[in-house]
Parts: sequence; structure tokens; C-alpha cells
Amino acid sequence: MTAESSPTWVAVTAEPLSLDPLIAWATRSGCGAVVTFSGTVRDHSADHDEVSALEYETSEPHALARLGEIAEAVRRRWPDVAAVALHHRVGRVELGEPTVLVVVASPHRAEAFEAGRFCIDTLKRTVPMWKREHFPGGSAWSSATEPIVPVEST
Amino acid sequence: MARLLLLGPAREAAGVREDDVAGDSVEAVLAAARARYGEHFAAVLAVSQVWVNGEPAGPASPVAPYDEVAVLPPVSGG
Repeated sequence: MTAESSPTWVAVTAEPLSLDPLIAWATRSGCGAVVTFSGTVRDHSADHDEVSALEYETSEPHALARLGEIAEAVRRRWPDVAAVALHHRVGRVELGEPTVLVVVASPHRAEAFEAGRFCIDTLKRTVPMWKREHFPGGSAWSSATEPIVPVEST
Repeated sequence: MARLLLLGPAREAAGVREDDVAGDSVEAVLAAARARYGEHFAAVLAVSQVWVNGEPAGPASPVAPYDEVAVLPPVSGG
């Protein structure tokens, strides 16, 4: 568990994700806004009409380093942001379950929304993470891919 | 020997996640990897990024013994 005073909490975990502890952690006395984003497993994809689960693979140390870099980039761009939590699931995630959580707290809502959007958009392009789609009769790597780029290029 | 780290589709194409490969540059390590794992891996490698010890690297980047050479196909997180 990360201390309440820390501005950053990043995690890569095979355990189910829950927003509640992240919101509790991010809520600070000087912050009037806590914005959350939850990415969830959808029942279809570009390639498959029926998707039952996603399965994520990563290199945990490299993924954690990149998540930390995203949080640092948030602090440079939105210095008022007081807390950034970025948690990503690995392994098999069932339909409807969260795959990724972004929580941003700041004194006012505008920078919390902007920073939250920046976090999820940047995460998708900079974090070493690969997903397989499970569907009736098999599984395959997602075709919704992008070449990995450095955080500072985003 | 460099430590090769193959991730996602690169891991699947090669059939291994980690391996030891000789070579003193990224180019040399990857040539050895292509020879070892075959055409399917080479096709994945062709569209992948390569990191040495967590930093983006090019074909001419030097590789020392125990360096980690990671192959990162296009990503699909989130």
C-alpha cells in the first residue's frame, strides 16, 4: 500500500481491480475533484463478434517503469494534480471486469479530466502490454495495436 | 551472452520468453534470434521495437554480456 501523501500509485496485478481503494487514496483535503476512468472487457472487438475474456501479458518491471513515467509527465504538465493512480490487470480478465483503472485528483475538475484523458491515451501507446481476445472456439492476439513509443513523445 | 526477453506475440512466435543469445550489437543478437526461431518470429520482429536494458535501441546499439535485449511487438494495453 502506498502512503496517502505519495502523489503516485502504480500497479500491475493479476488480482481483480477495484476503484474504491484508489478513490479513497486519491481523495485529498486540497482536492475538489477526483476523476476516474475504468477500462472494461467488452463483448466484441474489431475482429470478433463475441469476446468472452481478455488475457494480458507484460513485463512487470518495464510496465511499472512506464506507468511511473506517465505519472511524472502528468505532474510536469498539470502541476496542480495531487494524486495519480494507474493500475493495470494482467492475466485473464472476464467480460465486464475492469482491465485498467486511472484515478486523478486535483483542486479543480478541468485539470483532473485533462490529466485523466492523457493518462489512458498515453498508457495505450507507451506501456508494454499485449492482449489476447478469447472468443468461442479459440483466442488470438488483438489486432488493435500501436508501435510502442516513449512517454515524452506523446 | 545477452539475455533475450520476448514479449507477447514475439514470445509466442519464438516459443520462449527468455533465452541467452550471443552477439555484441542489437543487430547481431537479433540475427542470431532469427536463425534460432525461424520465419514466423522474424516476421514479428520486423514490426517490433527493441529495448536494451529498458531503453529504446537501434540495430547498431552495443550489447554487453548480461544486457537485456527486449523485443516489443506493437502494444495493445488498456
